[in-house]
Amino acid sequence: MSDSYSFSLTTFSPSGQLKQVDHALAAVAQGTTSLGVKASNGVVIATEKKQPSPLVDDSMLEKVALICPTIGCVYSGMGPDFRQLVTAARKSAQAYWKMFNEYPPTRVMVGEIASIMQGATQKGGMRPYGCSLLVAGYDKTRGSSLYQVDPSGSYWAWKASAMGKNMVNAKTFLEKRYNEDISLEDAIHTSLLTLKEGFEGQMTEKTVDIGIIHIPSEWDTKNPPEALAGDKAGHLPGMPAFRKLSEEEIKDHLTL
Amino acid sequence: MSIMEYNGGSVVAMRGKKCVAIAGDLRLGNRNMSLAANFEKVFPITQKLYVGLPGLATDVLTLRDTFRFRTNMYKLKEGREIEPNTFAHLVSSTLYERRWSPYFVEPVVAGLDPNNSEPFIAATDLIGCLNFAKDFVVSGTASDKMFGMAESLWEPDLEAEDLFETVSQTLLNGVDRDALSGWGAVVHLITPEKIITRSLKSRMD
Repeated sequence: MSDSYSFSLTTFSPSGQLKQVDHALAAVAQGTTSLGVKASNGVVIATEKKQPSPLVDDSMLEKVALICPTIGCVYSGMGPDFRQLVTAARKSAQAYWKMFNEYPPTRVMVGEIASIMQGATQKGGMRPYGCSLLVAGYDKTRGSSLYQVDPSGSYWAWKASAMGKNMVNAKTFLEKRYNEDISLEDAIHTSLLTLKEGFEGQMTEKTVDIGIIHIPSEWDTKNPPEALAGDKAGHLPGMPAFRKLSEEEIKDHLTL
Repeated sequence: MSIMEYNGGSVVAMRGKKCVAIAGDLRLGNRNMSLAANFEKVFPITQKLYVGLPGLATDVLTLRDTFRFRTNMYKLKEGREIEPNTFAHLVSSTLYERRWSPYFVEPVVAGLDPNNSEPFIAATDLIGCLNFAKDFVVSGTASDKMFGMAESLWEPDLEAEDLFETVSQTLLNGVDRDALSGWGAVVHLITPEKIITRSLKSRMD
């Protein structure tokens, strides 16, 4: 107690840092690798689904989560903290839907999550969230986008990014492989290749989790097919949507 | 007497070809006594979107401020202007929030989609039940009279100036048959290029 600035969890150190936020980032850096890649016709987010023991029923493990039909996310760091954020994000998305009859644009959703995470660095009796998020989403104003949110509450948009244990290598790998014109299929392939670097154990359909947003080629962002009808719903049929890949689909991508 | 008729006033909106028009009268009354002839009840929300709020005058002003607040916050948060369809749903949810002690206002929304200039009109009842119309919507104490006028005057794909004439005649002839509306009118004609706002003279009795 004497040498450290620990009056509360959220007191500045003399050098101007919030130690707990730094420690939260350390928790993220220890977490399993997760990554996201933007393609010309969509986004992919993926992560390693590490099993603590071969006895665990892996069908229960879920690391890529759907927030609303147009937005999904993945995390590195502490799982329980992530679940709490996903619950809050889902509620926020539904509240937005109730007000406007459409789902929030990705940036608005990300701002909402970031503000929850920032709150935890300032409120009494709280600690920062021990996870970073990669949020992938689609909306009609900005098209598809990929954001990272950190425990401090800061966020950026990425073309491709990685977080967690193998972040440095994965980012270097992505920097070499990435270009903006790649198709979603290629982006999934690149994601799996990146994940393979520094993967612990065998990479199978049971040990990776993938979420995608696919924009069909016939989809016109500015003139959605049913926009002319008065009661256009927040999510039109055939509109780009976030979904998780099934084990069969992941298997197909792994054998390619 | 219904509280909806306490102050009087009427609004009508119509769709044309790549344009919409929304018009409201200027009367503010206390039952049968006219108090003012400069009470506008149609307000701009964005460059291409207007809302008309006929009903109890105190709620007209409250809702005008509420919508201004909410659309300003929307603009700051989203970094873009609200679209007509989205705004119609915002109106609906704002009214339904007061389901059991409602604002005594039946709003009319009229605007152009900023992406493709598609005309949009909608109306709700006082608790926010939306009515999307392809032709025209009416609201206020002269709504039944204007409904009849609109039924006989409106036709599809009216050009801007023809739409102006149609909406003006509908409103003027409607409010002349209503003791609680009238005393002048304002018409807003929204086209992709510009907004045309005109004041109409009418019977002052």
